[in-house]
Amino acid sequence: MALLQVQDLCVTLNTAHGPQEVISHINFSMEAGDKMGIVGESGCGKSITALALMSLLPRDSQTRGKIILEGRDILKLNSNKICSIRGNRIGMIFQEPMTALNPVKQIGAQVSESIYLHLKLTRKQTLERVSELMDKVGLPVSKFGLNLYPHQLSGGQRQRVMIAMAIACNPEILIADEPTTALDVTVQEQILDLIRDLADSSGMALIIISHDLGVIAQTAENVMVMYTGQSVEMGSTMDVFQNMSHPYTYGLFSAIPHVGSSVQLDRKRLNSIPGQVPELHLRPRGCNFADRCSRALKICKDKEPMATRVADHHQVWCYHPLTCEDKK
Amino acid sequence: MKQPLVKIKGIYKDYQLPKKFLFQKAPVFRALHGINLELHHGTSFGIVGESGCGKSTLARIVMALDEPTSGTVFFDGQDLFNMPAAKLKHLRRNFQMVFQDPYGSLNPRKNILGIVAEPLDTLKEKLSFAQKKERVAKILTEVGLNATDTDKFPHEFSGGQRQRIAIARALITRPSLIVADESVSALDVSVQAQVLNLMMDLQEKYNLTYMFISHDLSVVEYVTDQVAVIYMGKIVEQGTTKTLFHGPLHPYTQTLLRAVPDVNPLNKKQKNKPVIPLFKKTDMSCPFIDRCHKATKTCVDNAPELLGNDGHLVACFNAE
Repeated sequence: MALLQVQDLCVTLNTAHGPQEVISHINFSMEAGDKMGIVGESGCGKSITALALMSLLPRDSQTRGKIILEGRDILKLNSNKICSIRGNRIGMIFQEPMTALNPVKQIGAQVSESIYLHLKLTRKQTLERVSELMDKVGLPVSKFGLNLYPHQLSGGQRQRVMIAMAIACNPEILIADEPTTALDVTVQEQILDLIRDLADSSGMALIIISHDLGVIAQTAENVMVMYTGQSVEMGSTMDVFQNMSHPYTYGLFSAIPHVGSSVQLDRKRLNSIPGQVPELHLRPRGCNFADRCSRALKICKDKEPMATRVADHHQVWCYHPLTCEDKK
Repeated sequence: MKQPLVKIKGIYKDYQLPKKFLFQKAPVFRALHGINLELHHGTSFGIVGESGCGKSTLARIVMALDEPTSGTVFFDGQDLFNMPAAKLKHLRRNFQMVFQDPYGSLNPRKNILGIVAEPLDTLKEKLSFAQKKERVAKILTEVGLNATDTDKFPHEFSGGQRQRIAIARALITRPSLIVADESVSALDVSVQAQVLNLMMDLQEKYNLTYMFISHDLSVVEYVTDQVAVIYMGKIVEQGTTKTLFHGPLHPYTQTLLRAVPDVNPLNKKQKNKPVIPLFKKTDMSCPFIDRCHKATKTCVDNAPELLGNDGHLVACFNAE
């Protein structure tokens, strides 16, 4: 049985334009040790998906579908029970290490918070556990001390503290929401290595959310590409990156300049995707990408596409997926 | 060879840090350490480096928003820091800046006409309202917006459109130099591509010179003709974009390029990283010594100079 199963997850939020469905019909499942990536532009629902898994959505939001963690649907649990899962069984690394840490609390206290809450250890044991965690994330207590405040640390070090907090209770699932977006490339590399090593050594399932295709390619085994709250392409990272079938995935991929490009080609224009992500209340009736898609036909504007299988475990939500010839 | 548009000569910039004790001399942080650069007409110059290396300080000095501790900047042969304030103000129309955050850099209480025409007002251009409006409308269509957008406010635009407004504001005085400080980092990739394409089209059309500051190596490689890599206030490598990205010589540049995650999942990174020899860093030593895998004893007592031939300069004793 799968560790985590998300079935037909829909989230509706109250906005200035009335209730709007921000996530529709997300399905995926994960086993222990899986590494899944979620990639997409801002506003596509990546972070809302993560918050739904943590049951951290605003109170006035409505969630439909199922999130089954080891046989229990966590959407049906009461808040006490969810509290015992959140931070304990599912850990999360938030996006901005600058704002996600409490500026007036020492880092030792922040890391020990969930240990106190969930593991019910004595003071001494907690302290031992915290120093063990700090060693693991590369901030040994002998050098960094637990009485430091977040402002005394650099961005990368703060992100390490965040990671220590997230893995404090040995969660089964670790969600990393844009863990390296605010960091320099060299620090990003260190943090990604750390997250990967931690996941490998403890058998945690990892959900990594990023807008950076490179980060996903190097970290995740499976990937889900999201656009306007829907999954548009899903499959193993190899399949999706080698044989991308959705026009949006392909558009994203060709919009980024690649390192090494100056050697191969002389000053070619970047292929940008025309237009912009439609606003929530202005989403079209059919395929949400149809207005920006060069392959869109009448059917795309009328009816939402269903999942089509490209290969084993590789699905695409498109009427006219790209074939190999199209990409030349 | 033609005279460069901008000549940055021996720039040092020190910032005073707060004193720890009352009668202590204030400690000094050296943000820039002897920067020499030349920007030529119609080219793009990239400045690359990690956060805190002095990229933005350099941009502020080139824009004459900050004075260097020593050294100076020549714009079209004129010394920016040795001229009457009125003349500098008059000269400012020739260099403009596009900032990083399109949400923070536009005044939310002004309409687009007010925002884009602000440089004209500041420079006291004698234009009637109709003329001003016409000029703004023209520049808005140039950057891919509607001429009728002049009455709208920033909140009615998306991030990419706001950055287009910021570019329009920079272009309205018809400058020859645009300093773009992380101008596309806050944008989504598909929008980023649109804005980059726009900037390159405008460059062709108006023969603009760009000073392009970014931490994103792939963007810099894509846009620029020449690159300088800065580490802790010093240029460690400089050259044409092609040679520098194809054959980086400085260990720091190599580290940076290696750290960019590859979009091809087949190219997994090698796990074994080069071992970094332990040397004690002193005031005399190479700034990169504590992170360098090629460091030797020579690097401890001497800081390498920026040397090289064919325009590819590198500050390293063990460059290869």
